[in-house]
Amino acid sequence: MTADSTAAASQPQEGNVSRSASAGRETNPGRDGQADGAPVADVLLSLRGISKHFGPVTALDDVNLDIPAGRVTALIGDNGAGKSTLIKVIAGIHEADHGEIYWSGERVAIRTPHDATQLGVATVYQDLALCDNLDIVANMFLGVEIRRHRLLDETPMELKAKETLAGLSVTSVRSIRQPVGSLSGGQRQSVAVARAVMGDAKLVVMDEPTAALGVSQTAMVLELIQGLAASGIGVIVISHNLIDVFSVADHMAILYLGRLVSAGPASDYDRQSAVEIMTTGASSERQNGAPAAI
Amino acid sequence: MAATDEPTVGEVTAPPEIVEETAADQATLDGELLALPPDASFNEYVTAWVKRVRRGESGVLPVVGGLIVIVIIFQIENSRFLTDLNLVNLLQQSAEFIVLGMAEIFVLLLGEIDLSLGYSGAVGAAVMAILAYPPINLSWEFAILAGLATSATIGFAQGQLISRLRLPPFVVTLGGLLFWEGFLIWVINNQSPSNGGSIRIDSTTIYDIVNGNLSLTAGWIVLAVGLVLFAVASVTRDRRRRAGGLVAPPLILTLAKVAAVSVAGIVLVWICNANRAAFVGATVRGVPWVVPIIVALVVAWTFLLTRSRFGRYVYAIGGNREAARRAGINVHRVRVLAYTLAGLTAAAAIIILDSRTGGVTTDIDGGQTVLYGVAAAVIGGTSLLGGRGKMVHALLGGLVIATIYNGMGLLSLSTDFQYMITALVLLAAVIVDAVSRRGTQPT
Repeated sequence: MTADSTAAASQPQEGNVSRSASAGRETNPGRDGQADGAPVADVLLSLRGISKHFGPVTALDDVNLDIPAGRVTALIGDNGAGKSTLIKVIAGIHEADHGEIYWSGERVAIRTPHDATQLGVATVYQDLALCDNLDIVANMFLGVEIRRHRLLDETPMELKAKETLAGLSVTSVRSIRQPVGSLSGGQRQSVAVARAVMGDAKLVVMDEPTAALGVSQTAMVLELIQGLAASGIGVIVISHNLIDVFSVADHMAILYLGRLVSAGPASDYDRQSAVEIMTTGASSERQNGAPAAI
Repeated sequence: MAATDEPTVGEVTAPPEIVEETAADQATLDGELLALPPDASFNEYVTAWVKRVRRGESGVLPVVGGLIVIVIIFQIENSRFLTDLNLVNLLQQSAEFIVLGMAEIFVLLLGEIDLSLGYSGAVGAAVMAILAYPPINLSWEFAILAGLATSATIGFAQGQLISRLRLPPFVVTLGGLLFWEGFLIWVINNQSPSNGGSIRIDSTTIYDIVNGNLSLTAGWIVLAVGLVLFAVASVTRDRRRRAGGLVAPPLILTLAKVAAVSVAGIVLVWICNANRAAFVGATVRGVPWVVPIIVALVVAWTFLLTRSRFGRYVYAIGGNREAARRAGINVHRVRVLAYTLAGLTAAAAIIILDSRTGGVTTDIDGGQTVLYGVAAAVIGGTSLLGGRGKMVHALLGGLVIATIYNGMGLLSLSTDFQYMITALVLLAAVIVDAVSRRGTQPT
């Protein structure tokens, strides 16, 4: 997969991206070149013109977004901005009404969670999507069980689960054969994260990964997120917690009422400008000027 | 909206009320069997097990204890209860409850219920009886297969309605209960209009499922083969776990378990092999065919639920259907298959019932029968809310129901008392379950 073909595949809508994105941050016109030319990171996932309606409600409206590999992209926005809908489209929970999805430059259709998993998209939901009655190993391997002669092969599953949890420095769990329902909130989060990283995911999507976590476990999860990106995996993080976001994100994508109003390297934003765009859909510097993105 | 949310966006860190694991949390997680070091001794294992029971994970202990208490009460009231003849009778009577309970467990594990199993199973049994009866005279193997397939198809069709059209299982299977009752009456009356709504079981083989006995030698051979397989499977599994660096119970514990099962099996065969004839001079002895059939069914379905991907998915869907769907599990297929297997197993249950009574009749109360199946599963420890249960629960619960039924009969107590006592036992089972689990479940 070369950068050229990536650029070519996403070419038809390229102007659109540049316009909406640069409208948000006029001060840095050269930034788009970095994302498109992509000498630093391959674009893993490209969304072009994604729209999603629920009855009369427009949840997503013409969203164009590139997710690079090996980088943490933070998806932020106020409540109802469409963050959750967008990741559900990526994860195959909802199918987009309009728009195209490119995976490593190739047009793909993500209609079911299975399609997403096949591509290498792993999602950690805010509700963690764990089965309380199953043990940790069964939860981590749910849907991707290791089998031998068509039967579940528990030994390698248990070993790999152990290894993955150890790799995430999850040491507080006494037994990986205890039902997930008996774990604390932090431990449950760890299991969900471990589950996402264990499969050979190329893109990990995390919905509010640090919500409901204590200080040290938050630090652990943030470290884990950066570790994932460093190993070449693309990471999308949704969070309300801008402190956490700014401590891990390489790129920002800000949604406002279903539209992507601003995107760019995290260094182009500070907490205040991000909040402003999240709550008003525009940054103050642009409010006097062109209302292009509104 | 934007303005009110603004303050929360900027500065909030983790909510303060949600804190890290406390020492107290950790303490409750202690004592897990598999948290033990790989070289844990026999004593450590026993201590861990006792701790686990104290914590409320008592497993099948309450129902086994309850069964023993009931048996003692009946034996005190009537010394004929613990005779060879009555114990074998009891096994034969429990068969239909056990198998119907197993059928229901497939669906209960999903957190759903199938009310139609009594009659859909009866329709399958009727198809079997008609095919094995003149003028068709199909051989018993094919007749049974056709009967099982009929009920499996009914389960498949109802499962499709429930899963694809998202209809409530209670309503669809309630409809099934009525429909298949009508169908059963229609088909039996059409087939044998002059027989007053019944078809005799004409095949001796089918009749012998419950009423025939293995020869004495065959009984011991079947037991020996079963025990060897069980021992080899137990030891091999532990060895594989240890080879992989995982925790496995010490060999002595595994051997103790095998020894306990062996003793139980030997006692069972010994009782069955004694002459239990009610009349002097007659000889009735041997293990009824239905006993190994039920053991094989329990083992097979337990294997399916614990070792196959399908079984794992049944538990997953019962635990959190949305999580299962997001994990890429084909929830429709698993649910439909569960209803299909429930139908198939229900047919086996009613075939066993009809084998015992010697004929298929329109008199069967499929509504009550299916609820006994649910009761057997729940008394054994299976949850109605889904995700928790085992096939062995139907075995234990079915034995409890049959013991009450049998013991009350010996005491010449009529059905009114029998119903009320069964209800109280059911209630007791649910209460024991709820109380023993209080405090162990996260809120």
